[in-house]
Amino acid sequence: MNLVLISLITLGVIGSVAAVILYVVAKKFHVFEDPRIDEVEEALPAANCGGCGFPGCRGFADACVKSDELGDLFCPVGGNDTMKKVAEILGKVAVAKAPTVAVVRCNGTCEHRPHNNEYDGVKHCFIAHNLYSGETNCSWGCLGFGDCELSCEFDAIKVNPITKIPEVDEDKCTSCGACVRACPKLLIELRKKGPKGRRVYVNCRNEDKGHITRKACEVGCIGCAKCQKVCPHEAITITNSLAFIHDDKCKLCRECVIVCPTNAITDVNFPAPKKKKEEAIVN
Amino acid sequence: MKTFRIGGVHPAENKFSAGKKIQQAEIPKMVAIPLAHYIGNPSEAIVKKGDLVKVGQMIGQANGFVSANVHASVSGKVNKIDVQLDASGYKRPAVFIDVDGDEWLDTIDRSTVVKRECNLTKEEIIKKVQDAGIVGLGGATFPAHVKLSPPPGKKAEVLIINAVECEPYLTCDHQLMLEHGEEILVGVSILMKALEVEKAIIGIENNKPDAISHLKQLATAFKSITIEPLKVQYPQGGEKQLIDAVIRRQVPSGRIPVEVGAVVFNVGTTYAVYEAVQKNKPMFERVMTITGKDAPNPSNYRVRLGTYLSHVVEQAGGVPEGTGKIIGGGPMMGRSLMNLNIPMAKGSAGVLYMRDEEAVRRPVQNCIRCSKCVSVCPMGLEPYLLMAQSERNMWPEMETDRVMDCIECGSCSYTCPSNRPLLDYIRYGKATVGGIIRNRNAK
Amino acid sequence: MEKLIISPAPHIHGGDSVSKNMTGVIIALVPALLASLYFFGLGALIVTVTAIVACVLFEYLIQRFLIKGEKTILDGSAALTGLLLAFNLPSNLPVWMILIGALVAIGVAKMSFGGLGNNPFNPALVGRVFLLISFPVEMTTWPVVEPFSMSYLDAATGATVLSLLNEGSSAIPSAKDMFLGNMPGSLGEVSAVALLIGLVYMLIRKIITWHIPVSIFVTVIVFSGILYLVDPATYISPLVHLLTGGLMLGAIFMATDYVTSPMNPKGMWIYGVGIGVLTVVIRTWGAYPEGVSFAILIMNGFTPLINFYVKPKRFGEKVK
Repeated sequence: MNLVLISLITLGVIGSVAAVILYVVAKKFHVFEDPRIDEVEEALPAANCGGCGFPGCRGFADACVKSDELGDLFCPVGGNDTMKKVAEILGKVAVAKAPTVAVVRCNGTCEHRPHNNEYDGVKHCFIAHNLYSGETNCSWGCLGFGDCELSCEFDAIKVNPITKIPEVDEDKCTSCGACVRACPKLLIELRKKGPKGRRVYVNCRNEDKGHITRKACEVGCIGCAKCQKVCPHEAITITNSLAFIHDDKCKLCRECVIVCPTNAITDVNFPAPKKKKEEAIVN
Repeated sequence: MKTFRIGGVHPAENKFSAGKKIQQAEIPKMVAIPLAHYIGNPSEAIVKKGDLVKVGQMIGQANGFVSANVHASVSGKVNKIDVQLDASGYKRPAVFIDVDGDEWLDTIDRSTVVKRECNLTKEEIIKKVQDAGIVGLGGATFPAHVKLSPPPGKKAEVLIINAVECEPYLTCDHQLMLEHGEEILVGVSILMKALEVEKAIIGIENNKPDAISHLKQLATAFKSITIEPLKVQYPQGGEKQLIDAVIRRQVPSGRIPVEVGAVVFNVGTTYAVYEAVQKNKPMFERVMTITGKDAPNPSNYRVRLGTYLSHVVEQAGGVPEGTGKIIGGGPMMGRSLMNLNIPMAKGSAGVLYMRDEEAVRRPVQNCIRCSKCVSVCPMGLEPYLLMAQSERNMWPEMETDRVMDCIECGSCSYTCPSNRPLLDYIRYGKATVGGIIRNRNAK
Repeated sequence: MEKLIISPAPHIHGGDSVSKNMTGVIIALVPALLASLYFFGLGALIVTVTAIVACVLFEYLIQRFLIKGEKTILDGSAALTGLLLAFNLPSNLPVWMILIGALVAIGVAKMSFGGLGNNPFNPALVGRVFLLISFPVEMTTWPVVEPFSMSYLDAATGATVLSLLNEGSSAIPSAKDMFLGNMPGSLGEVSAVALLIGLVYMLIRKIITWHIPVSIFVTVIVFSGILYLVDPATYISPLVHLLTGGLMLGAIFMATDYVTSPMNPKGMWIYGVGIGVLTVVIRTWGAYPEGVSFAILIMNGFTPLINFYVKPKRFGEKVK
């Protein structure tokens, strides 16, 4: 009987002391957190990709709650829907943004751009880029070792084993921008997805002069400016012998695709190719 | 016998071209003189297409303080100014000159008489060195005039001449010492005057006994120049390692050598300084080694800047059969070249052929944590750890583990029994962490 | 010359390799193996061969069917684990127990962590300790020395020096016998002189550095020496500590295992001192007469911590 009593008392005392300590500590070290942070976090996709520029979804939620305007804050993964929800929770106004998608601006497949040396270091774009210009004559093009593939949290970008050029799965791409930051050659750009996913872009980043680009790659932009002249919307600019199509001005008329002498301008998701393109090559 | 105190390896020396007289390479039909340097801003071209230039005439003006002038190495007509693939592996600007004869500027003293007296002041010497476009010939091609002008408040106490040539295969410095020992010693005394130091030490590894005895004998005529034989150990030619080996002082992390009172010049640079100051000859040629296990004729050549390597290689008997890799420089720190249509630059110390079977890396295995990389690292770093951090993108941790101290000597990758690409990953980490630090400092 | 190979520097390699190191250690173990064959005869041969074959086989099977990774059985690390496991067993241990020990060593301690290089604990020691705890009787009845004996399971048995001392007996062999290995014990641990020859070989080939063995020896001598000076009647003399049990084998071959030991000299000293202290503590006050295996395994557990906090001497740090 005594034994039971003693154990009961001891355990009881230990229990209550612990309870008091826990209570005091919990009170003393309590950190106030806006409950809305949890709510916002709930609404976010929980991908923790960092595409918004904050460390994880909670960091973004915290920033949303603290800022007065949602203006610059945007979750690229959740897109406009998520931002609308966030805005509702916080009673703020979300600014709608056109959906974007990652676009790889190099078409230098093995066929278009012959290899002239063999890389034997670590198969890692950044390491190869740090060492030299690449396995081909083009110093600007894709190295094909897949830093972008490694960086992608959504399994949306994959290096095609045959062409050695990464391809983006548009349905999976959330345009978080991880691949943009990972590519040492700065080939990847976030472009407007466009209506029905239709886009026109210059599939090249080569800033060398035309004759050098020609030697290195069959489909490189040589900076001839034909596209610039033909563009009715003034959407194309040329800097350092490289054309660039501004997606905010481009009306997808595809005049430039037809005139480009090296087929460096690519159009995607358009219905069956027009015949004009082949004629252009003949010219 | 002295050597540096932390780490180090001893690769097979393979100095096949040792003792081969320096030959003058033929002047090619056309040269492409690179305007870009390994370090610092590229120079700006001051000639244009169609201009006639003479040997020694300035064609590229230094752009900023850490940059160097570039001079014509041949006489002839400027063909164009265009990009050219160089040893860096990238296309960078170069001046192409069609050669016509070999007409030198009148100011250059072409006699071979050694001119020992130098009555110039410190400032005049530095001015001449800067005008002559002299850069360090040890590999990093750091402009010499920058080293001669230490930051305010810092004063050099001792001049150390790097005659170590710790890279296997290369012999250009060795041969230069044998053939131009006296000029080099005059160069040393000029540098001493420019730096206002009382003492100079020439560090030579003891695998070059002929050079040591030759210089020792000559040095009796020069006061306060001593020759220090060093135990053979790679990377003794590293600036910080050499200072540690010779005067037993270690440059703290992130500091420059002058903070421990030492300034280091390569022996080839010293010779160039002599030529610039005493003979008015700007830097437009250098000695380079053509070598390799299968090289038909391992040799040392004096080559004009901008000469295509293929031109030099042909004179040395061409590329041997079964060459899988060609290296510009030594096997430990040199760069593998994409082809031989690359112009020779101020930093090109050699061309090295590697056989097919030597050229390919062996398969990578797991790290067995043998700690050999740690014990050979001359900077006291932990390469295995840095590689693991780099693979996992742990940049802040890499910074605390002092990745920025890495001198990229390659001892770790050389030693690793599992053939792990330690240095590849460390370089990646170093470049990234360096970028982060620069961004932080800019803010 | 068609396409040149491009790779980052350095372009040459020293020629060292994992298998060279592993074979080096195995060669260093040969004198001890010969000594044990001499002292324990057939039993030693059976145990050694079984352990080596079993370890290599298990590694192969696991890589072939379970993890489907790269085959690494040819690098010699599995054979080395087998050899070291055998050296830690009495020479009259039944084959089926050796197989269990090998399975634990390779399967649990090595391959389940990802193979060579990833195991936190020394595989051979994990195998041995597993057997010691599971089969305490079989693992602690050692055959007595009988040169070129042809007996295996039926060998005459006797107690080791340490267990004799643990039980209060003082009938111990002479120092010379202990040095040569003429005493009962696990098959590879008895001959100090053979193990020291192995140490010298490994030091000359630069397979290991001197830090770990020396720090263990020094600690054991100093620590047990202090105890011995305090009371020679109760405590064992440093010489007996040094020459008996698994100390030589442990300090030279088990503690110096690449994977589980610290990565720089300072860390190695801490590690060695830890092993030395723990060994003497376990031997003097613990329930087991022998403590080297436990000491090494405990310090293996501390190795990551040591690596984290103890950094090598950096270039340019304050030098006197």
